[in-house]
Amino acid sequence: MSIEVRHLTHTYSEGSALSAVALDDVSFSIQDGEFIGLIGHTGSGKSTLVQHLNGLLKPTSGQILIDGEDLNGEKVDRRALRRRIGLVFQYPEYQLFEETVAKDIAFGPKNQGLSAGEIDARVRYAMDCVHLDYEKYAEKSPFELSGGQMRRVAIAGVLAMKPSTLILDEPTAGLDPRGRDRILSMLEDLHRKENTTVIMVSHSMDDMARLATRLIVMANGKIVASGTPREIFSQREMMTSIGLGIPDAARLCGALREKGYDLPADLYRPEELKQHLLRLWKEAGKC
Amino acid sequence: MLKNITLGQYYPVDSLIHRLDPRIKLILTIAFIVAVFMVHTLAGYAVIFAFVFWLSRLAKVPFRMLLRGLKPLRFIVILTFLLNLFFTPGEKVLVEFWIIRITEESLLQAVHYSLRLIFLVLGTSLLTLTTSPVSLSDAIEILLTPLKKIRFPAHELAMMMTIALRFIPTLLEETDKIMKAQMARGADFESGNLFNRARAMVPLLVPLFVSAFRRAGDLAMAMESRCYHGGEGRTRLRVLKIQNNDWAACGIMVLLIGLIVLEGILL
Repeated sequence: MSIEVRHLTHTYSEGSALSAVALDDVSFSIQDGEFIGLIGHTGSGKSTLVQHLNGLLKPTSGQILIDGEDLNGEKVDRRALRRRIGLVFQYPEYQLFEETVAKDIAFGPKNQGLSAGEIDARVRYAMDCVHLDYEKYAEKSPFELSGGQMRRVAIAGVLAMKPSTLILDEPTAGLDPRGRDRILSMLEDLHRKENTTVIMVSHSMDDMARLATRLIVMANGKIVASGTPREIFSQREMMTSIGLGIPDAARLCGALREKGYDLPADLYRPEELKQHLLRLWKEAGKC
Repeated sequence: MLKNITLGQYYPVDSLIHRLDPRIKLILTIAFIVAVFMVHTLAGYAVIFAFVFWLSRLAKVPFRMLLRGLKPLRFIVILTFLLNLFFTPGEKVLVEFWIIRITEESLLQAVHYSLRLIFLVLGTSLLTLTTSPVSLSDAIEILLTPLKKIRFPAHELAMMMTIALRFIPTLLEETDKIMKAQMARGADFESGNLFNRARAMVPLLVPLFVSAFRRAGDLAMAMESRCYHGGEGRTRLRVLKIQNNDWAACGIMVLLIGLIVLEGILL
């Protein structure tokens, strides 16, 4: 499913004294199977943008085309569209409400009007996706779980609707390294095995370095850069000037280059940096 | 979608009335209510009306803003008028047919009672329009302090009011967020019959309650870690002090009540 955003502008409380432009003439398109990293400092318009992508907010002007169809057109069934574009909000664990994990995950499929058998299959599928053991957790209350587990239940609630595009707003915020790793590897699987298009909002450049196939950088409601992680992370000055960093590996690589080590300028993954460092080590005849 | 709800009705401008001590304003509002109840003639209501109009000009609050406060009460005012009109016994019959009987006395009483209600609302609206909720709860706390002698929890009551007011916008924001999150999961809050709509609220209300309790716990912890232990020995950031303007306001109110009493005796 392709998503195309054309000249999207959104103004909060338009016409009043408190009006604020959150998105200013934003245009981009997303193809099937991409893993988009949406980055930008706080208040740059990322959250506003993702809420437009499944029709929760209406544009002040501009269009969003899903497979060529205007999302805010008059004939479009927005509820049907929301099933195809799953949106996981920031801190999604605060939306849990049911008595058991299984019932909570079933909320989405139930709203889709699926049969009981299909709903059960979807719940098992979604729990498997987020690596939660069905036998162990299905009948537990979601409020007994740890923060990381609750978040995975909430994400499963969206996955159970089998969206072909998954949007996540800071899915790893506030989690410990282990919880964060679990969510990231789950997203990696979804993208690789199920070919789900993923759009992830994050502040963590390391997460982005690990997963994204393309980055979109936002500042003050505008898109300031777009390209592969390699292209974006090699522009260290631009990234720092808009209040963002670059991945640890890219920073270390930059510091070593300044000391005169022979390293490519565009390294950003820990593994590739490791390879190059081992090469340098060997060349220096240390082993 | 919940952004349009205005909270309280404080009208934030700087005026003589806004600057009055909230305690004095609260007491004077009570005095005003007493004055309204002492009025027995239409001339008296004219005086009251002129007074309210003059105050709204002084407070720089548009008069129609004040009238807006009447809107939610319009049915009660109309009901009061009609009940008094039809069910007050009297001698001088004006209209009579079938079971309806309107007399001069009943008409007069109907006008009296509805005007009384209208002016009560106008007077108290003027208070809430010109006093921020926080200074109002401050004033209530200080005025209720003498009741502490009979173990009345004045400070706790005021603190509860302040906290409740502080969290209304937060909870509204939270509601908006949870609503959107559930809509993204296919929830439908807008269609269906009454029963279905009530049931659709469960996925909204449960997370809202859970988060309200969590926030309450966090807030209690934050207050205690900053050594909050109730009102005992607590000092204030803004110490309220009675100014000359406040005495002048009291004087004017005494004058108004005097006028009403005089009018009651003479007419």
